[in-house]
Amino acid sequence: MPTKKIRVLIAKPGLDGHDRGAKIIARALRDAGMEVIYTGLRQTPEMIASAAIQEDADVIGLSILSGAHNTICPQLMSLLKAKGMDDVVVLVGGIIPEADIPAMKKSGIAEIFLPGTSTQDIIEFINKRLAVGT
Amino acid sequence: MTDKTKVQTEIDTPAAPVSPRRPSAKEKSWEENTLKPTLEKSPERRAEFTTISGHPIRRLYTEADLQDWSPEKDLGLPGEAPYTRGIHSTMHRGRLWTMRQFAGFGTAEDTNARFRYLLAQGQTGLSTAFDLPTLMGYDSDHALSEGEVGKCGVAISSLADMEVLFDKIPLANVTTSMTINSPAAIIWAMYLAVAEKQGADWKKLSGTLQNDILKEYIAQKEYIYPPAPSMRLVIDSFEFGVKNTPKFNPISISGYHIREAGSTAIQELAFTLRDGLEYVEWGMRRGMDVDAFVPQLSFFFNAHNDFFEEIAKYRAARRIWHKAMIERYKSKSPRSWALRFHTQTAGCSLTAQQPYNNVVRTAIQALAAVLGGTQSLHTNSLDEAWALPTEFAATLALRTQQIIAHETGVANTVDPLGGSYFVETLTNEVERGAWDYIHKIDAMGGMVTAIERSYPQREIAEASYRYQMEVDRKEKIVVGVNDFVTKENSLEILQIDETVAHRQAERLRKLRADRSQAEVERRLNTLRTAARGKQNLMTFIYDTVKAYATLGEICEAMRDVFGTYEEVAIT
Repeated sequence: MPTKKIRVLIAKPGLDGHDRGAKIIARALRDAGMEVIYTGLRQTPEMIASAAIQEDADVIGLSILSGAHNTICPQLMSLLKAKGMDDVVVLVGGIIPEADIPAMKKSGIAEIFLPGTSTQDIIEFINKRLAVGT
Repeated sequence: MTDKTKVQTEIDTPAAPVSPRRPSAKEKSWEENTLKPTLEKSPERRAEFTTISGHPIRRLYTEADLQDWSPEKDLGLPGEAPYTRGIHSTMHRGRLWTMRQFAGFGTAEDTNARFRYLLAQGQTGLSTAFDLPTLMGYDSDHALSEGEVGKCGVAISSLADMEVLFDKIPLANVTTSMTINSPAAIIWAMYLAVAEKQGADWKKLSGTLQNDILKEYIAQKEYIYPPAPSMRLVIDSFEFGVKNTPKFNPISISGYHIREAGSTAIQELAFTLRDGLEYVEWGMRRGMDVDAFVPQLSFFFNAHNDFFEEIAKYRAARRIWHKAMIERYKSKSPRSWALRFHTQTAGCSLTAQQPYNNVVRTAIQALAAVLGGTQSLHTNSLDEAWALPTEFAATLALRTQQIIAHETGVANTVDPLGGSYFVETLTNEVERGAWDYIHKIDAMGGMVTAIERSYPQREIAEASYRYQMEVDRKEKIVVGVNDFVTKENSLEILQIDETVAHRQAERLRKLRADRSQAEVERRLNTLRTAARGKQNLMTFIYDTVKAYATLGEICEAMRDVFGTYEEVAIT
């Protein structure tokens, strides 16, 4: 297990171009020894699910600041399920109202990271989650 | 030097522009007799002090820091070159800045109601936020708009929506700012069509179109077309504006988004002003006289937390612009020399944690903008790290400006910080740092080339990562986030639901049924043909808008001709 690097797909779904957070997380996870693929902007749920399969991702990190999470996340989760990718750890970071979080977690999203989260917290979460999972 | 090393030196980050000092005998004796014993007894809180941008700050500033600085040449008087002290002789004593709160959400009806509320509360100008589908040139019923309609701003898909947005707001009497970039020409055409319907004289219309495509490639990333046709549309709007709307700013050259993307203050200043120079050069290449269009160009800066660094940035901005206009473009008109700007407090400085702290941050940032001589100001609302502001939060943000204007006394005199050793030194250093970047970009062949080489994008990503690491290591403290943390209750926020999208879809269905489809097709085809040639596209766009072609249809027609842009994603 320790020989295989954790593979993370960082994706920026929707029309929003604010990619500061996505880029910081991509770099921080890479600096922490993970294999990181950044999709770039304007990815549809279909594109993200296909990329996750192609890249054999252990983790998908979505950055959403536009308020479109209630549309994007359910679509992605059902696509992953349909493709047999239920075991991928899906994380969301960005501007998410607290009221929306319980439903998102219920749909299978492992964690939602709100503004102000340190990159170290995210790294630790992923390491712990994948250590337990295998 | 090989080509490879040349490129390497060209694209690195310039060194920190720290001023050389020559302390007087008196200052040296103070260091020896007063300072040294103090430091021996109690060392300072840290070894090095820096601004939020990482710029080094000294313990004390004296005349030793201003050796080559001349009050006549570098400071001057307000309303005169080099405009360090402000662009008007009386500044805010004559007229307060325009209090212009950015607003937009839901449908045109929702935002029209918020506009009228804000005007009733004493706001003096309007500022429109559009939703992401509008910003990206998609109609509300496009597949890619799903989940985004009315969320980050108001949904505008056609002239019919624009008519509702400005219903009962006399465009002849308000100044309106519109934050729209790739589809700016189309939204502007819609605005002009509404004004015409209201019987307002275009020559008297006053306001600002953001229309700054370069910073989209650099930072905000809401681009549609590649740089060359995008720049053509911008210059078309300049030409049109000079002829038809002499009081309207066809562009607001924006550092705001560059800063929000994580740049330093110096990078914000440098990339914004270099963008400005790029527009000037493209305009002149089109055959316009520099002094015919430059007076209509306006700027837009961020107001971040580091109080003095921000003030120095605004002062340096005016000095750089003046120098560039005179030296590079031989401008003869003082109206071209004076850099006018809008300011918005830093959205990225707002914290989701302890949101009421944001009121304090915003007040201090706004104060910096006022002391820096801003012409107009938006103050953010306390809840914006969670959602678009509630009416309560938006009102409090406006009240913050009114308190600064009417209670603090800071607007009673011009440039109250002028002559401060620290502020003048920092202004010099920020100016020098910005020039270093400007020269690097000149050497690359200009901003469009620099963007294609991802130079500004990379510099910003570096700065943004460096800052995040400093916060993570607690070298920079963010109150309520990495220190002074408490458990807290959640905040009441504005929720935009999907009924907005349904209402918009229904309105579009009705629009498409009621308009003359043949006329729409004819106008779109004429626009396509014109886009293939070299003519100014503004009147073609205006005619197409008036036929009630939708924003999405018009953008699609131009996508057919211009193609689309994809960036190289860097991390």
